Amino acid sequence: MRNKRLFSQIAVASAVAIILAGCSSGSQNASKSSLPKVEALKSLGTGEGQVNIVAWAGYVENGSNDPKVNWVSDFEKSTGCKVNVKIGSTSDDMVALMKTGEYDVVSASGDASLRLIYGGDVAPVNTSLVPNYADIFSDLKNQPWNSVNGVAYGIPHGRGANLLAYRTDIVKPAPTSWGAVFDANSPYKGKITAYDSPIYIADAALYLMKTQPSLGIKYPYALDQKQFDAAVALLKVQKPLIGEYWSDYLKHVASLKSGGTVLGTTWQVNINLAQSESVKVAGIKPVEGSTGWSDTWMISSKAKHPNCGYMWMDHIVSPKANAAVAEWFGEAPSNSKACALTSDKNFCTTYHAADQAYWKDVYYWNTATETCLDGRTDVKCVPYSEWVKAWSSLRNA
Amino acid sequence: MKNSVSTWMHKRPKLRLTALLAAPTLWLVVAYLGALGALLITAFFTIDNFTGNIIAKFNLGNFHDILTDPAYRNVVLRTLGIAVSVTIICAVLAVPMAFFMAKIAKQKSQKILVALVLTPLWASYLVKIYAWRTMLEPNTGVMDWILGPIGIHSPGFGGPAIIIGLSYLWLPYMILPIYAGLERLPNSLLDASGDLGARNFYTFRRVVLPLIFPSLVAGSMFTFSLSLGDYITAQIIGGKLQMLGNVVYQNFSINLPFAATIATIPVAIMAIYLWLIRRTGALASL
Amino acid sequence: MTISKRARYALMALMGVGLAFIYVPLSVVVINSFNSSRTFSWPPSSFTTEWWSKAISNTGVRKALSWSLAAGFSATLIALLLGTSLAFAVSRYNFFGKDIISLLVVLPISLPGVVTGIALSNAFNQEIGLSTGLLTIVIGHATFCIVVVYNNALARLRRMGTSLQEASMDLGANGITTFRLITLPNLASALLAGGLLAFGLSFDEIVVTTFTAGPGIETLPIWIYNNLFRPNQAPIVNVVAATLVVVSVIPIYLSQRLSQDSTSGGRF
Repeated sequence: MRNKRLFSQIAVASAVAIILAGCSSGSQNASKSSLPKVEALKSLGTGEGQVNIVAWAGYVENGSNDPKVNWVSDFEKSTGCKVNVKIGSTSDDMVALMKTGEYDVVSASGDASLRLIYGGDVAPVNTSLVPNYADIFSDLKNQPWNSVNGVAYGIPHGRGANLLAYRTDIVKPAPTSWGAVFDANSPYKGKITAYDSPIYIADAALYLMKTQPSLGIKYPYALDQKQFDAAVALLKVQKPLIGEYWSDYLKHVASLKSGGTVLGTTWQVNINLAQSESVKVAGIKPVEGSTGWSDTWMISSKAKHPNCGYMWMDHIVSPKANAAVAEWFGEAPSNSKACALTSDKNFCTTYHAADQAYWKDVYYWNTATETCLDGRTDVKCVPYSEWVKAWSSLRNA
Repeated sequence: MKNSVSTWMHKRPKLRLTALLAAPTLWLVVAYLGALGALLITAFFTIDNFTGNIIAKFNLGNFHDILTDPAYRNVVLRTLGIAVSVTIICAVLAVPMAFFMAKIAKQKSQKILVALVLTPLWASYLVKIYAWRTMLEPNTGVMDWILGPIGIHSPGFGGPAIIIGLSYLWLPYMILPIYAGLERLPNSLLDASGDLGARNFYTFRRVVLPLIFPSLVAGSMFTFSLSLGDYITAQIIGGKLQMLGNVVYQNFSINLPFAATIATIPVAIMAIYLWLIRRTGALASL
Repeated sequence: MTISKRARYALMALMGVGLAFIYVPLSVVVINSFNSSRTFSWPPSSFTTEWWSKAISNTGVRKALSWSLAAGFSATLIALLLGTSLAFAVSRYNFFGKDIISLLVVLPISLPGVVTGIALSNAFNQEIGLSTGLLTIVIGHATFCIVVVYNNALARLRRMGTSLQEASMDLGANGITTFRLITLPNLASALLAGGLLAFGLSFDEIVVTTFTAGPGIETLPIWIYNNLFRPNQAPIVNVVAATLVVVSVIPIYLSQRLSQDSTSGGRF
């Protein structure tokens, strides 16, 4: 009896919930399947008094974490634009945040930028309104992850390569190839690490591109179903070798230090940090080249503070700010004049900032779309949302 | 004026009831149930492969993917296993501790013990999990450092580490309801059982346990459901293991419909759980 | 009471083991706040007070603390209002949907935070276009805080019964006076206990907050999360946590003082 009553109550409540939900879901945006037409800003007006920014941790520092680390206050004083920042912890977070339309500017990595462009969430950038754009390294401009058909959608911020880290006192001989992390008979089984993100599938694809030419992979972010399956199969072989996957630097460096991890993907900044903790570790770019990232400052298509947004984009790639942020975050600056202003004079050498040859075989993160990014039109490529699913599936198989 | 309003209201119980119920019901139904309903409906949608925008067209593709890929069955079973283990460990640790606090410790030390159990709740969740990283680090961790000499070694990062970490986080949520339940239990009852010749353990099993059962279940609500949805602990000390929450979190922004589909699993599990325990009176002991 | 000596000692030993389980990791946090290694390696090779002095000059953490307090107090206030009126309705009246309401109020705390988080975030952003900010955090937190206030208030109202209220009304006091002079004082300690727990839940909440916080808003747990992933900042987080543990003595002491005057005490 009591149950029956409860049932009828649940029925009423669910009906209410479904009606409420149904009303609201009807208003979802219709999908767009081609490049949305968004106009770039024509001319720069006066600042709107504030700017809302989505950024990686460490990109927008106002001295609140360390009084010496501050490239926001000057900007706020000189432009009158107050900076509100929201830290995005992953590229996926950032895309979601930009879709809300509440933010003006974002520091998008390559695995987010195309999604934002094709989603109509960001606008093309009128680079003539960003004076510091002129000094940006030419090999970062008009790249597949920050432009479409020669139209720039953002200002390059900095870059880094995903290196192969190894404990020099344990891993002998020193590895030269990514093969070391994919070798099913590796003596370091259980002590290998990999970056914990669907984008890591591209690392496997890069290795296959160089070692199995018959698969015909031309670009690690343009994989048809057969190539994609081969990359995922390789990661399945790799899985038993992995001790843990990492996505935060603290866990990764702690693990390199304790010896829980002796071999695997890393970033230059982690190597530096580990070495400063006197860990015997080195990071190399293997013979196959590597994946990497190049972040881009982009402006929202729905920006409420576009003028302040442009001012910020110009400020953050100015030599002084660009040098400061590159050193704090640990990446190669994008402004060619920044190298003269770093506090560590060897900084740009360590990070290969001006060494264009070094970056030749670095494949920066990009968002896989159904239209193959390598120009093939006879096949469909596997879109990034399927990469994410495949990653979930792989991690739990 | 005030008086007359009050009298007027008093004569109209229906109106008073409506006034009392309106705000909380509206809040829970609109803000919460509405949001939840919208999310669950999204589970039947799909996304545009090119732009990632949601296409609001009914289809069962996501459910098909989840049901046919054994990886999702693995992660559900693994997560359930972890949540159940955490609940059992917390219960086993909490019952004797709560019993000692409520029935054996002196009045004064009772207060101190409650405070001692409460304190870790205020240290941040993340900091505690990172402390467990330092604890469990194989060979160089605190655990191997302290217990290594007597032959006990850290299990390393993985399933056992997740279970230890989550048990640690949620233990106070188990101790406190049981403690409150035991405190309400009159000592005379235990004495009566003893006087009638019952041994300690028998008294405990036949008298104490049935009476604190609702509190135990209330505590399990916290330990079970909080474990079921966790994703941060697995990220930090889970080695290469993932839990359901990780899968939801991973898919959330790129493919909300798929994340919503996965989210229906813990919702269904909790619905069954609530259904099973609704009679125990546990829901009122939270 | 008739508990054998052996059982007493066994229980005492178990209590000790439990407390060790709780306090060894907490001491690790405190020790690590002096550990000169930036990655908390063990055992510490040397000690430093650098992190403490850095933490003291860190304005971000103070700002985060104020956001957390603002969110916590607002969410607690809403939870107190909604939870208490719901408890009154459920304890004093019979109505259609009573069972479901008592299930519904438990739902937000029993469903995983990640589900609540993405549901709210989806609703705020896509469905109703509400800008995320402090308000959305408060809505999220209040939703799962209602239940603790509700349960504490309901238990007290049921124990109180209605006789005192009726007596007051019989003696000529009107509804408002009765509430002010009779009901509320009797309810106060239960509400404070519930409110304190609600505040505690809100204060350390990270999952729902991650999904509902707006631009420029960092609550303390979010600050901690962001700083753990920022080179050079992680050790400061241990300082903050160690400080929180020490400062937590205040709310715990308060809750104990408050529960002294009630027979069975607040729940926590």
